[in-house]
Amino acid sequence: MAKRKRLDSAFGFLCLSAALIGVGILVLLLYRIFADGIGRLSLSFIEGELSQRPKHAGIWPAIAGTSYVMILTGGIAVPIGVAAAVYLEEFTTHRNRLTDFIQLNIANLAGVPSIVYGLLGLAVFVRYARMGNSMLAGALTMALLILPMIIIVTQEALRSVPGSFREASLGLGSTRWQAIRYQVLPSALPGIFTGIILAISRAIGETAPLVVVGAVVGIVSAPTSLNDRYTALPLQIFNWAQDPREEAHLVSAAAIVVLMIGLLLLNSIAIVLRNRVKNRRS
Amino acid sequence: MPADAKALWSPVRSRFDSRHFTQSGVKWLTFACALVSVATTFGIVAVLLSQSITFFKTVPIGSFLGGTQWRPSATPPEFGVLPLISGTLMVTIGAGLIAVPLGLMSAIYLSEYAHPKLRRTLKPALELLAGIPTVVYGYLGLYLVTPLLKNLSPNFQATNGAAGAIVVGIMILPLVSSLCEDAIAAVPKSLREAAYGLGATKTEVTTKIVIPAALSGIMASFILALSRALGETMAVTLAAGSNPVLTFDPQKSIQTMTAYIVSTCQGDAAYGSVQYNSIFAVGVTLFVFTMGMNMIATRLVRRFRQVYS
Repeated sequence: MAKRKRLDSAFGFLCLSAALIGVGILVLLLYRIFADGIGRLSLSFIEGELSQRPKHAGIWPAIAGTSYVMILTGGIAVPIGVAAAVYLEEFTTHRNRLTDFIQLNIANLAGVPSIVYGLLGLAVFVRYARMGNSMLAGALTMALLILPMIIIVTQEALRSVPGSFREASLGLGSTRWQAIRYQVLPSALPGIFTGIILAISRAIGETAPLVVVGAVVGIVSAPTSLNDRYTALPLQIFNWAQDPREEAHLVSAAAIVVLMIGLLLLNSIAIVLRNRVKNRRS
Repeated sequence: MPADAKALWSPVRSRFDSRHFTQSGVKWLTFACALVSVATTFGIVAVLLSQSITFFKTVPIGSFLGGTQWRPSATPPEFGVLPLISGTLMVTIGAGLIAVPLGLMSAIYLSEYAHPKLRRTLKPALELLAGIPTVVYGYLGLYLVTPLLKNLSPNFQATNGAAGAIVVGIMILPLVSSLCEDAIAAVPKSLREAAYGLGATKTEVTTKIVIPAALSGIMASFILALSRALGETMAVTLAAGSNPVLTFDPQKSIQTMTAYIVSTCQGDAAYGSVQYNSIFAVGVTLFVFTMGMNMIATRLVRRFRQVYS
């Protein structure tokens, strides 16, 4: 009996330490990055132009590149994704083979490695559509990458709107579309927003597809048109991290700090929105 | 949507109303948007197949799949994919060895042991690990993990398979733990209560009742996490290196399939050259691996659902 009890508490302790190891690693990672990067952080680092010499490098063109590409990506993927989710959740009255197929297809797409989307973008947008290594080609590729994620989160938000909202609207004589437009979408909106922000912040950290469709390091100034070549913050981090020079790796850490603070800000907006929805429903 | 709401959806009113005209327009528009995802799938398959067929016209498929030398820029170039596959498998399996036990045990702790208050702090902290961009893990592989490994043994190279496996393992840890937690939470409470009623300890309930009952869901979560590890790019390119050799020595610098694609795209492989086409052949190989794993996982999840609903 005593042996069983001892075994029991040992197992519980083992599981607790596994959970704590994960958290411990998180703390260690964050500490290391901040310790490496804090020395190079300054306003002039954020505002400055890129440079061959890490000592003088700023990251403004990379921040601008990432922001522009992401705004474009969102502008393309959000309307398509939300519309697709509305079709799948609201306009299909019963499941049929076609919607089942589309649904399965979306689930599969979410599991495709991001670099494969890069290959798709390279062949279709960069080469076939002759967009070259432009910002537009990058944004279209990233839009395809986050589309499944946006459809899935929008579907979840639509599903959480009570059926009574639709019934009330239809009972007053509205069409399905009017019920969706004036009742369902407005009350699903905060949920949709949260999902979109999370999808975009995921995309901000994705670098692989952008490398494949031709974002390049060494673009000194910020892009000014859709056809311009561009660079992105994670790509710049990647490049500096590969650079054997000591100061390059410290610059890389400083850029990581900027990237992570940006992501943290985006995610806190998402959390605030989610909590507001929770409070309103209860 | 509940069933009674669906009944109301069917239009009873005149179809010649302008509102219904708008509605059917909107319906077709949203349908077209839903088809974009289907088009993406067909696009991926078509692009990968057509470009790699061009590749396999110059490089026979047998020497691609069976070759042990990957030297794309040598003269004459050699395209034997096995070194890239061995590199990929080493990172994936190594990541699994780290993430699977840690992730499963964290999930058990969070769902069976933790006080709700502690759970509310631990869980978001673990999820934060999942939100860190992969390039950051690459940085940490180079400047945190590898120096630590070098303290253990000076034989570790500046980039090495072990560092790649460790950082990818940390990266997929939250995925394993949250998916396992879902699987464990789906086990009916009555099963646990029956075991407790017979005098079992918490450990016995967990290891003999809950885990066996959730097993297919747990296996599915392992496979999904491994398929994520397989497709991971930036972290392994930085941490594991770009040296395609057929080895299972974790101290050596290696190259994974994803890392090859990225480093080729960074370089200046001319459009239409064999080297340019080779990234699509490697892409197809990667795609087949991940899709196979995802399909197995979906099967497992489906079986799991049938048992308890």
